[in-house]
Amino acid sequence: MMDFSGAVALALPEIILAVGALILLMVGAFGGDKSTGLVSVGSGGVLIAGAVAAAYGPLGSTFNGGFVADNAAAFAKVFIYGFSAVGVLLGDRWLKRMAASKFEFPVLIVIAALGMGMMASAGDLISLYIGVELQSLALYVLCAFRRDDAKASEAGLKYFVLGALSSGLLLYGASLIYGFAGSTKFVDIAAAVQAGAGQGAIFGVVFLICGLAFKVSAAPFHMWTPDVYEGAPTPVVAFVAAAPKMAAMVLFARALLQGFPGAVGQWQQVLVVVAALSMGWGALAGLRQRNLKRLLAYSSVTNIGYALLGIAAGTDQGVTAMLVFMVLYMIDTTGLFACLLALNRDGKPMETLADFAGLAKEKPGLALCITGLSFSVMGIPPFAGFWAKFYVFKAAIAAGLWPIAVFGLVASVVAAFYYLRIIKTMWFDPSPGRTDASPLDARGVAVAAALFSCGLVVLALNPLDTVAKLAAAAFHLS
Amino acid sequence: MTALLVILVFGPLLGATVAGLFGRRIGDTPSRVITTGFLFLSCFLSWYTFSQVTWGEWGGQHIVRLLPFINVADFHSDWSIRLDALSAVMLVVVTSVSALVHLYSWGYMADDPSKPRFFAYLSLFTFAMLMLVTAADFMQLFFGWEGVGLASYLLIGFWFHKPTANAASIKAFVVNRVGDFGFALGIMTIYWMFHTIRFAELFPLIAAKAGTNWTFISQEWSALDLAAILLFIGAMGKSAQFFLHTWLPDAMEGPTPVSALIHAATMVTAGVYMVCLLSPLFEYAPAARTLVTVIGATTALFAATVGLAQNDIKRVIAYSTCSQLGYMFFAAGVGAYQAAMFHLFTHAFFKALLFLGAGSVINGMHHEQDMRKMGALWKLMPITYAVMTIGTIAITGIGIPGLDLGFAGFYSKDTIIEAAWAASGSPAGAFAFVVGVFAAGLTAFYSWRLVFMTFHGTGKWKHDDHAHDAHADHDDDHGHGHGDHGHAHVPHESPWVMLVPLLLLSIGAIGAGFAFHEYFVGEGQVEFWKGAIFNGPHNEILHHAHLAPLDIKLAPLVATAIGTIGAIWVYLLNEGMRARIAANGGPIHTFIYNKWFFDELYNATFVRGAKFLGDLFWKGGDQKIIDGLGPNGVAAVTAFAGKGVGKIQTGYVYHYAFVMLLGVAGLLSYALWAWAR
Repeated sequence: MMDFSGAVALALPEIILAVGALILLMVGAFGGDKSTGLVSVGSGGVLIAGAVAAAYGPLGSTFNGGFVADNAAAFAKVFIYGFSAVGVLLGDRWLKRMAASKFEFPVLIVIAALGMGMMASAGDLISLYIGVELQSLALYVLCAFRRDDAKASEAGLKYFVLGALSSGLLLYGASLIYGFAGSTKFVDIAAAVQAGAGQGAIFGVVFLICGLAFKVSAAPFHMWTPDVYEGAPTPVVAFVAAAPKMAAMVLFARALLQGFPGAVGQWQQVLVVVAALSMGWGALAGLRQRNLKRLLAYSSVTNIGYALLGIAAGTDQGVTAMLVFMVLYMIDTTGLFACLLALNRDGKPMETLADFAGLAKEKPGLALCITGLSFSVMGIPPFAGFWAKFYVFKAAIAAGLWPIAVFGLVASVVAAFYYLRIIKTMWFDPSPGRTDASPLDARGVAVAAALFSCGLVVLALNPLDTVAKLAAAAFHLS
Repeated sequence: MTALLVILVFGPLLGATVAGLFGRRIGDTPSRVITTGFLFLSCFLSWYTFSQVTWGEWGGQHIVRLLPFINVADFHSDWSIRLDALSAVMLVVVTSVSALVHLYSWGYMADDPSKPRFFAYLSLFTFAMLMLVTAADFMQLFFGWEGVGLASYLLIGFWFHKPTANAASIKAFVVNRVGDFGFALGIMTIYWMFHTIRFAELFPLIAAKAGTNWTFISQEWSALDLAAILLFIGAMGKSAQFFLHTWLPDAMEGPTPVSALIHAATMVTAGVYMVCLLSPLFEYAPAARTLVTVIGATTALFAATVGLAQNDIKRVIAYSTCSQLGYMFFAAGVGAYQAAMFHLFTHAFFKALLFLGAGSVINGMHHEQDMRKMGALWKLMPITYAVMTIGTIAITGIGIPGLDLGFAGFYSKDTIIEAAWAASGSPAGAFAFVVGVFAAGLTAFYSWRLVFMTFHGTGKWKHDDHAHDAHADHDDDHGHGHGDHGHAHVPHESPWVMLVPLLLLSIGAIGAGFAFHEYFVGEGQVEFWKGAIFNGPHNEILHHAHLAPLDIKLAPLVATAIGTIGAIWVYLLNEGMRARIAANGGPIHTFIYNKWFFDELYNATFVRGAKFLGDLFWKGGDQKIIDGLGPNGVAAVTAFAGKGVGKIQTGYVYHYAFVMLLGVAGLLSYALWAWAR
């Protein structure tokens, strides 16, 4: 057992976020909406400080094993907090343009990030649940942040209701596991199901998987995703689509690989089905989408399927692949949403496919960004998405899951259709009219993401690989 | 030496890059100056290199390794520059003609809107050709081979808005693919047999393999013959030999300077050069040499007959080129590689001269190419007339056998015919000798016919308003039209920038034979070639050729005289006779005029056959079976599935929750089932 100061040191990133969120809330409460700019800057600072603390903090486990600070958690937190900071930037600027600045917005992102940090560090079922709920509640509010917008409110409500259902599933699974394993701590559960899980524990694991699958929007628990992506404000979606997914995937990996390492063969089959459903469903349903935000929702469903494949492999290599995949995917998806944010016509956001016709002539730079990022998500070498898929498929095949890897390849071919259609629409169709000037923040994020995905990734791959391997080693797998 | 050779070879590439990539930005004149400047630099360095190799310190073989190209297991290939007597000769030929053609193009292409592109292509071609001739292994040879093919394709189709030019460029490319297929197979055979593709390593190994057989498709093949024949097929394609010659006349769709450079002086001689370079191989491949002799002689005869009846001034010269290449090949076939190279050397000068002269005529006639619409131009274009006459005398090979004094073609062509006589112990050699003499007569006839129809007789351009209706056909020749046509109907002499290259080339056409025959084929040939050309121990063809009796030496001259007199009779003295022959020529004229119906034959067999096969696979195989079941079928199923999946997305929360619960139930059941299994 370690002393209090040691525990604080381990949880420092989360403490920074928690204390920071409270202080910023105070600033906002006393300063009113005028202080939004200050709060935003503060939020960004707090998030970056959290990321730095996570990167350089000590390793260990504390609070009776409920909080784990290992390399996997640190890896996830750096990216979660980093992308949350990007979310603060995009959201704050966007609200300012909408003349709807509210100081709660950045604070909510910080609180959501705090929840995600807890998820990444969860060492038992209770901290798992607390992390998930903290994150989710903040996200529900963010989605419905524009109360006057019916669509956004609907999105937030749907998210909340279905999220509550998934929390129920999660809790039920947790209680079953506790009942059959006799402990909430992953380490103890692992010891209890050493020789394979019994029927009750399997039930618990399946419920747990269902609950978490909702959080990462894996099929068939993804139904909320298109509606929420379409209805919620674009900067919120940009945030929701990236950082929470990373947190949930790491939690997913930790719960299954640290909690049930002896039952890999049993949960692997379930996870493979979920992954296959996600890849196939996302690819097929995306074909008919005319709204880009809905389309990206289905794209994220497909991509989560690929990431789940990494966990399903159940190996060190698989977790590495999943981590690399998630990082590269987060960059792609944030970049794409930033592109959407940057594009407006007559003050209205451009969201349908028809809006994008002839964009190459109107905004060649952004059209090039979208093209590059689409190629990347499609998995065209040498762009980032190719490497991401390459990692995952390699791990899956090494683990003997080649049929599902082949299925994933086929799904990615189907999904290529809708990315290619965007590209075709942008470059070859006539433009319906002029677009508005694009804001600097969104354009900057878009260009940075595109530059990374379409070039720098080749340089970044090596260090990323090294770090991801270190992180995956925290799970002590073969 | 290294630096000099690198500048020599890569200068044109630099020029091509600058003009090609930045031509639009830097403008027409800088592009022209840069490319032409580099070419003249290369030309100067080539002559210096040639003199050093021949008389100076650089004798023997030098290989400058620049960079590794391919290094896999025991397959090695380098980018290198090989310098020996053979490549030195080619350097001189290529860069001299190329430099003069560059200069000439200043005038000829003066009105063309895309000059930088033209000059970039020309320089690119020159670079590829230099890579070809300086190759030290088969890979680089093949690189240069394909490089010149590419440049040729680009230049034939330079006026790409003209459908005939596009068709011609594609035809040239496709026919060359056939040859290149054989060439590539030949290289593979060589590698398979010798495990090396470097000439320097390969040549000493060949003698040991002579006479060995190789079983392929349960047939015994003489291994060396097989390799040599495959390589020769490549040469046939590039050098437009019988069966694979059909692209060359059509290639005349390109601008005339291109025809002079690529389709007369340099690229088409690459095949001859390759056979001479591989003389160590061909010396031990008797069957292959017989084939070379027969194909060469047949081409010489065939092209000469076709040349008799063509009316397009450039096509006549194209068939003439084809015929002369035939001469070179059968010279190499009978073992007189030196004679082949010598004819290549002299031919480059007088054939480039003839082509550029024809270009001058075409330019003067406002892009009219039909000789039937010319005539009596000698007064209006005296210099062109003079140089064309020089070129014609050179190609017909007029000289005095006893004194050994004559124009360039006299030395080289007569050496070839004498070599064929010396080899006439074999049927192929005898055939080559007879054909050589007979074709010499035909050559004289069609060459003088060209001169007479163009420069003598009555001017057909005077009375009819050719410039209007004829121009309709040829207007897009140059894409801009002569705006000043209303008043400038009279043919005119070309500008000096075009005449200077003509005059320089005529010096070559007059003197190249006299100046170099001692070195190339005479007593000094062993000393000159310094082993670059290999003659087997029993190959004394050249020696025997020199000992030919006077009547043999006179034979080609007599044939030439007969041909010349015939041409004078038909085209000078009885001017209307040509039209009467054309009208009442009967089957022979039709046969010759239609180029022995080769195009029709190929169209009926290969083109239609390939089309049929293609249609079968495309419409039947691909569209119906593969597309139907594959992409289209899958796409239809996918779209259908997408529709179905989309329907579930109703927007109602309870539907979503229902799907989720279904998922939970399904996964639980699956987990139980999988677990129980």
